[in-house]
Amino acid sequence: MRDVAIVAYIEGQNTAATSQTPVEMIVPVIHEILKRANVERSDIDFWCHGSCDYMTGQPFSFVSAVDALGAWPPIMESHVEMDGAWALYEAWVKIQTGEAETALVFGNGKSSAGDMNRALTLQLDPYVVAPLWPGFRALEAMGARAAIEAGTVTERQMAEVVSRSLRDASDNPNVLAYGYRDPDELLDEPMTANPLRAHDCPAMADGVSAMIMTTADRALEMCDRPAWIRGIDHRIDFQNLGLRDLGRSNSAALAAFHAGVTKDKVDVAELHATHSHHEVILAQSMGIDRSTTRMMPSGGALVANPLMAAGLARFGQAARQIFKGNADRAVAHAAQGACLQQNIVAVLEGN
Amino acid sequence: MAPLRLFYPYDRTVGSTVGRFLTSLANKKIEGTRGLDGIVHVPPAEFDPATGAPLTEWVVVGNAGEVLTWSWQPEPFADNTLQQPFAWALIRLDGADTPMLHAVRVGSEKDMASGMRVRAVWADEPTPSITTIMCFEPEHGHG
Repeated sequence: MRDVAIVAYIEGQNTAATSQTPVEMIVPVIHEILKRANVERSDIDFWCHGSCDYMTGQPFSFVSAVDALGAWPPIMESHVEMDGAWALYEAWVKIQTGEAETALVFGNGKSSAGDMNRALTLQLDPYVVAPLWPGFRALEAMGARAAIEAGTVTERQMAEVVSRSLRDASDNPNVLAYGYRDPDELLDEPMTANPLRAHDCPAMADGVSAMIMTTADRALEMCDRPAWIRGIDHRIDFQNLGLRDLGRSNSAALAAFHAGVTKDKVDVAELHATHSHHEVILAQSMGIDRSTTRMMPSGGALVANPLMAAGLARFGQAARQIFKGNADRAVAHAAQGACLQQNIVAVLEGN
Repeated sequence: MAPLRLFYPYDRTVGSTVGRFLTSLANKKIEGTRGLDGIVHVPPAEFDPATGAPLTEWVVVGNAGEVLTWSWQPEPFADNTLQQPFAWALIRLDGADTPMLHAVRVGSEKDMASGMRVRAVWADEPTPSITTIMCFEPEHGHG
């Protein structure tokens, strides 16, 4: 295996609803990250993008994103119809195969373009589930109840996750929800999709995240303290919800095992928990002790959830903790699909 | 703003397994497939989840069953089979081992509980579609 590190990460401003087009959102972020790593466009061997056409309601809408990169002289680029975290995985593979040394990875989403709760139904089985139009929130709420009734998650734990996330978000300028809310006060709020309360669900956002990854030869030129990817893996559970124990995530457990999460202490974890109960399920499944690991110092996806960028943001935020020297070993995670169906996990280290 | 209506102007074949399931639904019969481990999958699994072997043994199951988990939809989408607040549930039908997703019609969320029994309510016009089960209702007419 080649040593590969994340050397730069930035986010565009998360907003509740932007009037910009996706290309307009991406251009300044690409410009800024090249500057951050002190590299030229020609230094990037591979560009990889994650986004979702269903959000823009336009087939092949991702092709227009190439306008934001500049297609002349020709570039080597690719796209995944997934969160940018999966673009990161493709770029990592590309570097492992020796076809690229330095890659720029980005994810973007304009959640305000439609009713994402409804639109995400289209990810589901097209014959026996999607025609019912369950929406996404309803499925996450069913997962939460399954976990609560199995005793693996409590409503109190969910409120504590929200309370901590909102508090941490107060130090992050790029969020849509923040503040000081006592768990008891949160538990007094009404349920909006029983058993979920409004604050158990993510603050949807329009946003972009981007990072640069490179090999050992160049990493120290671009970053004082690179975040080395020491293990990475992704796994998928059955699409059929009825075949899965929704109180845990088997694929997250497998991915964490193969990424080597439990081989050593975990200083910081940035998990892509879009609903409060996800954090508890994921930590249990992945073998992360929430009492000794600093969970989501950024506030996580609950406080800013730009679809297709929020998973890559977890990798970027975990890398930032390494860049700053706040952590020596961090776990980054992204999820896609209903009830944590697909999970990608990486272990990042400062040394 | 001008409305944008997206649609997919093609028919697609659902294949022999899902096709048989949907055709049976139009005849008010719910059936699934038996996995190699004996598990009865409803909706049917085309392939054994553990081994990938094609599954061909069909099992007719009941029109009623048990709610394993549920959530509340306070406002329906225009495409839902019910146009009032309702519950979503994973329902394990009698004779099946895996639960299926469907809507449950009850008066309020207070009428829902895991473990409750519900029965299928058929749409007036039968179609080979999952929505030919309009919803489920509590078995003894409560709610």
